Amino acid sequence: MNASDLSPAYDLVVIGGGPAGLAAAALAARAGLSTVLFDENPGVGGQIYRAIASSPVKDRAILGEDYWAGVELAAEAGASGASIVTGATVWSLDPSRLVGVSIAGKARLIQAGRVIIATGSLERPFPIPGWTLPGVMSAGGAQTLLKAQGLVPGGRSVMAGGGPLLWLLAAQILRAGGKIDAILDTTPRVNWLRALGHLPDFVLSPYFSKGLRLLREVRARVRVIRVDRLEAVGDDKLREVVFAAGDAEWRMPADLLLLHRGVVPNVNLATAAGVAHAWNERQLCFEPVLDEDFNSSVAGIAVAGDGAGIAGGTAAAERGRIAAIAAVRALKPEAAVPDLQTIRQNLQREAMGRAFLDALNRPAVSFRQPQGDTIVCRCEEVTAKQVRDTADLGCEGPNQMKAFLRCGMGPCQGRLCGLTVTELIAAQRGTTPAEVGYYRLRPPVKPITLSELASLPITEVERKAVER
Amino acid sequence: MFKRLAEAGAAVAITVDGKRVECRAGDTVAAALIAADIDHCRTTPVTGAPRAPYCLMGVCFECLVSVDGVGSRQGCLVPVREGMAVETQIGKREAGR
Repeated sequence: MNASDLSPAYDLVVIGGGPAGLAAAALAARAGLSTVLFDENPGVGGQIYRAIASSPVKDRAILGEDYWAGVELAAEAGASGASIVTGATVWSLDPSRLVGVSIAGKARLIQAGRVIIATGSLERPFPIPGWTLPGVMSAGGAQTLLKAQGLVPGGRSVMAGGGPLLWLLAAQILRAGGKIDAILDTTPRVNWLRALGHLPDFVLSPYFSKGLRLLREVRARVRVIRVDRLEAVGDDKLREVVFAAGDAEWRMPADLLLLHRGVVPNVNLATAAGVAHAWNERQLCFEPVLDEDFNSSVAGIAVAGDGAGIAGGTAAAERGRIAAIAAVRALKPEAAVPDLQTIRQNLQREAMGRAFLDALNRPAVSFRQPQGDTIVCRCEEVTAKQVRDTADLGCEGPNQMKAFLRCGMGPCQGRLCGLTVTELIAAQRGTTPAEVGYYRLRPPVKPITLSELASLPITEVERKAVER
Repeated sequence: MFKRLAEAGAAVAITVDGKRVECRAGDTVAAALIAADIDHCRTTPVTGAPRAPYCLMGVCFECLVSVDGVGSRQGCLVPVREGMAVETQIGKREAGR
């Protein structure tokens, strides 16, 4: 669909085509709301169901049945009557629910009756020395290459970090015939003790047997080494991975290092729209403040999926449905909708086992709050020492830090440094991330050219207002 | 660094800095650069350090390249098209440019 084919207004605009967005759009469109879903990627599916309609990986065992569950969700949304627009980048959302979207170089402003932000999560920043070198990539990035393009690591490859995605990706790479030389597990030993209290709940959850199977599958074929320190070393690209446990240090030649340390909500669009966020100490991230229907502090704007707080793909779809039911009830109360209680029960079941995973996968302080010359802000190349020193000088928060160091002001707009900068300031000043807060974000949250802005359709009234 | 599974899509050719690069339908520009073992796609504006695609999902902005004359496109969000002209970006500021 082209920008010119869009209606000027929709009952519901859904932003993001992962499980939450697809489920929300399907339910709302079926109930009779005029619904449009925007996703900036070439296809729907989000990250978990990336390239679900086009993946060249045909052997279903490689990606696993949890991936292929996305087929039904995408088909349901496709048949629902919702307009599903891919390659559509939302760069602005304001509290009056005016949505700025750009498709193939043409921008439009769309008025939404309700908005569901379903922009999901991104991988937690993993600032180790050398993490900006070519050859170092996020594990999620490698998984995208596998799902969407059928590319698997074939050289000297090392994975490092922890969390369910790391083990899942390792298994998928091995099943696809890829190569992994070692997995460097950064999980602090003490996490196992901390997680024990949540064990009964975890054992009863589906995560338990799936997780155990994955660990066994991967450990049988790859050397797993527990490490406390990790470094990527190279001149113009990665040459070796240096790691240490206790006093012993090892060096391993490598072409590819895949990093992963869990996921956190992608807060950029919601924050720029004025949605209130709060610090989640259990998951060490900011997340939007929401009611039980996932409504935010801004009237008519809901946040569903992992963007509402990390809960996983299946929970994301249920959250999307709940947010969509709230939208239908607000705009078309007479429409029939699925039973809300059943969906809430499904969602509750999905929460089982999460507390264990959160405790086990809580990243060590040393991997969240780097030291010395380690780059924190990749775009503006700001180091940990610079941020720490500036906090010592009296800089109290991330927004002031921008004025001192430009951190968070590059093209990624803080997506890969925001949490690190907040935590470093809190550590240095002896306060909490909740007190320090996050970067103030403003539209455009994605780059848009001046010519796109200048070519926005204008009304006669608007034209007369500026012409003399 | 990466190898391709057998099932990948039909062949598509683009140019990268004027040189012909074979890729497959379904590739994004960033994936095509990785598959072709092009080890960096830009240098940074501050120190001129080389960078390569990092997240492949539109959040890190490391894969910024020029596509058909438009600079700073996110390579991971742009699907390849036959004849597309991709240029890597020299990021360091140059006086008078």
